[in-house]
Amino acid sequence: MISLNWVKDYVDLEGEDLKELAVKVTKAGVNVEAVKQSHIDNLVIGYVSECVPHPDSDHLNLCKVNIGTDVVQIVCGAPNVRAGLKVIVALPGAVLPGGEIKAGKIRGQESNGMICALFELGLEEKTDETYAKGITELETDLPPGTDANIYLGTDDTIYELDVHKHRNNDCYYHIGFAYEVACILNKKVTLPDDDYDEIKDDVNKHIKLTVDTPNCSFYSAKMVKDVVIKESPEFIKKRLIAAGMRPINNVVDISNYVMLEYGQPLHFFDKNKLGDNILVRNAKEEEEIITLDGNKRVLTSDDIVITDGDKPVCIAGVMGGENTDVDETTKDILIESAIFDAVHIRETASRLNLKSEASIRYGKGLNYEYTLKALNRACHLLQKYADAKILSGMTLYDNADKQVKTVSFKTNDINRLLGITLTDDDVKTELGRLDFEYKENKGIFTVTIPRRRLDIDSNINDIAEEIGRLYGYHNLVSTLPAVPIRRGVYVGDVLIRKQISSRLRSLGLNETKNYTLISKEMADTFKYEDKSQIVLPNPMSLDKAIIRTSLIPSLINVYEYNKARHVDDVMIYEIAKTYDAAYAEDSKVAILMKGNYLSNNWQMTSVKADFYVLKGIISNMLDYLGFKNRYDFVKEVIPELHPGMSATITLDRESIGIIGRVHPSYKKDEVYVAEISMSKLYEKKIKPIKYKEASKYPEVKKDLAFVVKKDVEANSIINTIRRAGGRLLTDISVFDVYVGENVGENEKSIAFGLTFSDPTRTLNDEEVTIAFDKIIKEVETKMGATLRSK
Amino acid sequence: MQDLDNILEKLKEEIKKVNDEIELNNLRVTYLGKKGSISALSSQIGSLKPEERKDFGAKLNQVKEEATALIDEKKKEIDERVLNEKLKSEDIDVTLPATSISVGAPNILEKVVEDVEDVFMSMGYDVVDGPEVEEDHYNFELLNIPKGHPARDAQDTFYIEDDTILLRSQTSPVQARTMLAAGGDKPIRMICPGKTYRRDADDATHSHQFMQIEGLLVDKNISLSDLKGTFDVIAKHLFGEDCETRFRPSYYQFTEPSVETDISCFACKGSGCALCKNTGWITVSGAGMVHPNVLRNCGYDPEVWTGFAFGFGAERLAMLKYGIDDIRTFYQTDLRETHTFDRRDDNND
Repeated sequence: MISLNWVKDYVDLEGEDLKELAVKVTKAGVNVEAVKQSHIDNLVIGYVSECVPHPDSDHLNLCKVNIGTDVVQIVCGAPNVRAGLKVIVALPGAVLPGGEIKAGKIRGQESNGMICALFELGLEEKTDETYAKGITELETDLPPGTDANIYLGTDDTIYELDVHKHRNNDCYYHIGFAYEVACILNKKVTLPDDDYDEIKDDVNKHIKLTVDTPNCSFYSAKMVKDVVIKESPEFIKKRLIAAGMRPINNVVDISNYVMLEYGQPLHFFDKNKLGDNILVRNAKEEEEIITLDGNKRVLTSDDIVITDGDKPVCIAGVMGGENTDVDETTKDILIESAIFDAVHIRETASRLNLKSEASIRYGKGLNYEYTLKALNRACHLLQKYADAKILSGMTLYDNADKQVKTVSFKTNDINRLLGITLTDDDVKTELGRLDFEYKENKGIFTVTIPRRRLDIDSNINDIAEEIGRLYGYHNLVSTLPAVPIRRGVYVGDVLIRKQISSRLRSLGLNETKNYTLISKEMADTFKYEDKSQIVLPNPMSLDKAIIRTSLIPSLINVYEYNKARHVDDVMIYEIAKTYDAAYAEDSKVAILMKGNYLSNNWQMTSVKADFYVLKGIISNMLDYLGFKNRYDFVKEVIPELHPGMSATITLDRESIGIIGRVHPSYKKDEVYVAEISMSKLYEKKIKPIKYKEASKYPEVKKDLAFVVKKDVEANSIINTIRRAGGRLLTDISVFDVYVGENVGENEKSIAFGLTFSDPTRTLNDEEVTIAFDKIIKEVETKMGATLRSK
Repeated sequence: MQDLDNILEKLKEEIKKVNDEIELNNLRVTYLGKKGSISALSSQIGSLKPEERKDFGAKLNQVKEEATALIDEKKKEIDERVLNEKLKSEDIDVTLPATSISVGAPNILEKVVEDVEDVFMSMGYDVVDGPEVEEDHYNFELLNIPKGHPARDAQDTFYIEDDTILLRSQTSPVQARTMLAAGGDKPIRMICPGKTYRRDADDATHSHQFMQIEGLLVDKNISLSDLKGTFDVIAKHLFGEDCETRFRPSYYQFTEPSVETDISCFACKGSGCALCKNTGWITVSGAGMVHPNVLRNCGYDPEVWTGFAFGFGAERLAMLKYGIDDIRTFYQTDLRETHTFDRRDDNND
């Protein structure tokens, strides 16, 4: 939260429309999410001129309150209300967090408003402590009737920012944000006073500093004596309230105030409790400290601690220790202004669940120039508002990276990146607005990046970005890249995945997309390839713990999901990558079919999905991919599949996948599945398409049927027929399979239709008969078959 | 001669009573058959005087022709009537439901991805692919996100092996892989749609698995204005010709300058509505000029080469385009819903 009244201290905003300014700031890249007026209407300063007990109550009082224009009666129950106080009065119509104030009667007595405590205005937390304090007593010269918002600092405009990470280290504190506003408005920033008088006593006589960790690059401290702890001056309280912090006392408030100015967290030690030594080191394993919230914290060696040479007095950058806490009796203070390693602070704060205002800021990163400025600013304010005497000298450990970041470029480099046409003078103007120091020599700019801009690196792109955002991206003119015309291609196996996907859709299968991470229960099924699986070491939940090696379990889930929604016909597929424990990738396609593939209910005709429909889908897909006559379905027992209805699919005699009915003990429904490794398909070469003329000469068709043992596979008979039939046999089809009383118990009859033809001539009867007889003989002898009919 | 005329008159009378093909055949036999009445008359020709024969013969032929014509005409009439009766009996109710012929529907995300691929391919971008189980090196290090960088906290990655192997949290590692493979001296135009994973609990707007469509163009003299022009083309293709675009400054580790890219709200045409949160604009992607460190890390000299990169969320595009408000829709195929997407979609509105 940024108080615009505060920003006005550093940059002149006279006459600026603050809503419009928010839009300009947002356009330039720092997102102002909300512009809020903190003003509460009908809130005035009142003077209690009379206060007598309520006649019908033992704790209420009747107050006569001067509200400038009038003197009104208000019933008040606060323990501290009395005549002679200046107070905040919410008049009828004021809307407070607790509701709207209305005139009315309390136990029979007229009450025309409410005398308020800060917590009732939403400006303080409601605690036992603030409640016991009662109404807020004002110390002000402002006359009764004055708008109390002026006193409270609620006459302010507040920007709520949603800043991208990279600007989150300079735009969340007021001076940093002032620089951003200044560059947008082309104005200059004035930094606050940080001068003070010192007494002749060197801090180094009182404290010895040792830094014994690489995680603290900069540690500066000053000492002040004889502070007077009291309430903060009005402007500090107002500002803190506006920025969302609660005023406590002058010393604590000054520490917070400086943090909100410079983004640099300070830590105040009670010097007398601390002793004469500071040793910054990594914590020891299991070392303990009681932090100032009263909790015991157990540390690890990744944490950074400030110690008094022996025991920890502060978890660096996160929270101070109770043992050196500044309290009402504190006289002498050691002010720490330091830089700790951002990553370590983030990790410590997150492990201890202690995300304090300080730790958040350390976690973003700091620059040592502001670390020093903040230290001096704190001294200035402590002298002015806490009567502090400031010792001369400074305790300092300085291992900060002081390298100056510079970038050299030509105007054309910027133009080339942004596609715009700035002149050298334009660039000078923009750099001036940014308040970046630069030198220009024969068209070459050398820019020194200010330390407050931690986000900018030494490269041209960063400068182009700064200039571009001020130039305004909305001013860019759209162009297209000057590149050669071509059409893009699907690279590698992307193409075959697209081809398979589009073929399966045209065969009536619906595409699904499922999660890669599955439960152990799912992962334990369909492990037919016997692959080890990747088990996540830290899964988010048990149902997303393992990277799947088969897509079938996911398809079965989709089937169940649709079945529960009364979708009877489920024809689905998925194409996805799988990984095994050796991180080997295999792209797979899986298909699931259940129900009617084709149907017309009122005609009572349907084609029900079964093994052979699914086999047809796969065959069609493989034919389409150019593998005609190169694949086979070989019966095999596969876990989770029906032992009599399962097969491996082979291509060029190598297994590429499985097909079958899901085992009835696993899924009762007639569900058919198949899965193919696409990686294996992708590796195969195919022949180019070549025109093949249909025969101009008549074909000769002949039928025949054999009786064979039941376990003889049709394919083996077909292969025998094909070999025996020779060149003239051009097609074989199966047109009947019979099992029953006309054949033996362990037998079946299969009928084949054979087609003979020759592309160059008409066949004569004799040669067909020779071929036909040879087929019969071969099948009879090789397959143990008997000819049933021809 | 008189007989001939009488025969014809008689035939005309009798044919009127004929109802079907059988009766007509009988009639044909009666008159025109070998033993029919007309044939019988022709035998009279022998008994005529030679000078009468010619006339009689002519007359006989004329009667034969007329009789044949009468019968043929009747035949045609009967055939037509029979056919009409048959057709009438075959009448169907064309309003009864069809046999369902359905082609499968694409997954909604894939439909969007294919749409985006199509427009980019037409502009010369190749569609490439990369591993989902990825090395930290490609997912973070090469992309200017070193260990300890705050961007890593936020990304909240599924690590498989500490600090080395992970489920990719973005498709950007494919950029790095593509540049490294190209060897630092060839221009690149590519997009890489794919699955990505982050440790987000699944709800209506979060998904631990989601799809990004990443793009990269590297060449000489490529500018942010070129990115703007390219984005214009995509936005118009996806959301219609009257779609306007704007860039806002933003920040990503692997691009500099970085922008967020907005389209004018297609629901309210920019006047402000719930969809665009009354801003008139909808953010659809993040983009920027490839960071010189990334170019350098991947073998390209940033003094010579420049480029832009962009990333769309496929879910976000699909949700906007089709009015879907729950991200889980894409990952739990409800066949009652997905068939809606088995159709063309021309964006001509």
